[in-house]
Amino acid sequence: MAAASISDDPGLLRTLAERRSVLIAMLVFGLILAAAILAPLIAPADPAKMAVRARLSPPFGDYLLGADAFGRDVASRLLYAGRVSLLIGVGTALVATVAGIAIGLLAGFFSRLDAPLSRLIDAMMAFPDILLAISLVAIFGGSIANVILALSIVYTPRIARIVRAATLVIRELPFVEAARALGTGNLSIMTLHILPNIVSPVTVQATFIFAYAMLAEAGLSFLGVGVDPSIPTWGTMVNEGRQYIDQAAFLIFFPGIAVSVAVLSLQLIGDGLRDALDPRLAKEL
Amino acid sequence: MKLYILKRLVGMVVVVFLVLTIAFVIVRLAPGDPAALMLGPDATPADAAELRARLGLDRPIPVQYLTFIVNALQGDLGQSLFFNRPVLSVLAERVEPTAFLALFSLAISVVIALPLGIFVAYRRGSFLDQSAVSVAMLAASVPSFWTGLVLQRYLATDLGWFPASGYGGPDATFLDRMGYLMLPSIVLGIVNSALILRFTRASMLDVLGEDYIRTARSKGMTEGRVVLRHAMKNAAIPIVTVVGLTFALLVSGAVVTERVFNIPGMGNLVVGAVLRRDYPVIQGTLVVVATLYILINLAVDLLYLVIDKRVRY
Repeated sequence: MAAASISDDPGLLRTLAERRSVLIAMLVFGLILAAAILAPLIAPADPAKMAVRARLSPPFGDYLLGADAFGRDVASRLLYAGRVSLLIGVGTALVATVAGIAIGLLAGFFSRLDAPLSRLIDAMMAFPDILLAISLVAIFGGSIANVILALSIVYTPRIARIVRAATLVIRELPFVEAARALGTGNLSIMTLHILPNIVSPVTVQATFIFAYAMLAEAGLSFLGVGVDPSIPTWGTMVNEGRQYIDQAAFLIFFPGIAVSVAVLSLQLIGDGLRDALDPRLAKEL
Repeated sequence: MKLYILKRLVGMVVVVFLVLTIAFVIVRLAPGDPAALMLGPDATPADAAELRARLGLDRPIPVQYLTFIVNALQGDLGQSLFFNRPVLSVLAERVEPTAFLALFSLAISVVIALPLGIFVAYRRGSFLDQSAVSVAMLAASVPSFWTGLVLQRYLATDLGWFPASGYGGPDATFLDRMGYLMLPSIVLGIVNSALILRFTRASMLDVLGEDYIRTARSKGMTEGRVVLRHAMKNAAIPIVTVVGLTFALLVSGAVVTERVFNIPGMGNLVVGAVLRRDYPVIQGTLVVVATLYILINLAVDLLYLVIDKRVRY
């Protein structure tokens, strides 16, 4: 994610790893990421293969994490579902970040655009995120790309607002004035002088959006209005398992724990990044 | 100050207008013919044409837009395709459970998070502080529908402490109905507490570091008085803000929680509307909820004037 661009700075990683909770969170999240990427190699079974006789087999027997109502291997489904959930999270974080930077820079840099864009951001943020997301998915349809698009629309205003606020401050600083005096164009000022100075708050916020988007995706899939129910995600797994909660509660436990652990570690990393990049931000954002 | 209030009101009108515009645009973003989408695959072209005419979709977009805005300002958000009744009256029937669910969970989270947040800020770095912060972080990471399902399974189905789902029959008394909201409110309250706790703690920490707090202490003022009278007063603004902001979180939470506990509120209505492609209801819910959010946050801003005498706009 966006963190990659700054992780080649060894100072930052070291600062991050100094806090034990953040270090653990990075390890856990790295593990989840690796497991999802390597799913085809490490999954014990084909996630779609049904075996009627294994229906609702309890965990820690023939099946490591049990089998679902169709006798499909829960552990394998969990790994494959993680790919989709993480993809939606990272996709949303990236799209929302790019769009939010563009809108925020325009609003913060050009005074004339500020009022209309800011009011638009206010209006977008008046819609509760799940409500806006399900409405958008209802309109666009439930493919993975559409869910990413819908969630990106929901979260773009958050990035835009932060970028706008930072741009308003930075554009008045002497080095921007100096660049302007040298005849630097608006576009260059924005990309070369302002953008590098807003990387920190944006990275922090993007990490949180990654986490929120995964939570929102789980919520959408649980409601049956997210990605197509045939695609396993952690949310759809909980939704499917719900019917069997009295006989086989493990069906909702594992995907629920997976999404919680992933979101928790992302939030811890986000907090760590925030403190490491700028201690003052902890108060402002 | 009057000027400020006037400015805020004008700003609010603009944002509400934009909310209406966004809701109008969203429904028209649908690829293809919205009428055909609403009717489903079995509809004949004639049916679609009829629905288009009924919804005014056959008219030019600017005309549709103007009609929508003018009607909305008169309190007419269109007709539900499924219920065949005005959207607002459909929504009005579903307000009670959602409003009380939001209210109860807000009350629960304020009662838990406010005193705890103040206390742990005061005992910064203590074991209790660290535990509270970690638990809050965890609570904010667990999907609320999952907490709901787990508590429903064990506290309601197994132990029978709460009704497991529903909202009582048609002749359930008000108290009965509220009983059905207990467990859902607790679930939503837990999630909401996490946010309020973090905010309360952070704003108390800010204030407790101020010079005047040291002055108050050096005057020999009791700790209780320092924290509750001096610090609390100034920490109140960010706390009131976050309580206003959690409204959006509560509505999002209610959508999901109502689904878990099968409560016939606005959340359930809108999810049903999405599954049935009842676009006017989706549009109407978006408009109503967003407008409410704007009004609540306006009220919060105006509340600052009362809380903090220094705030002069």
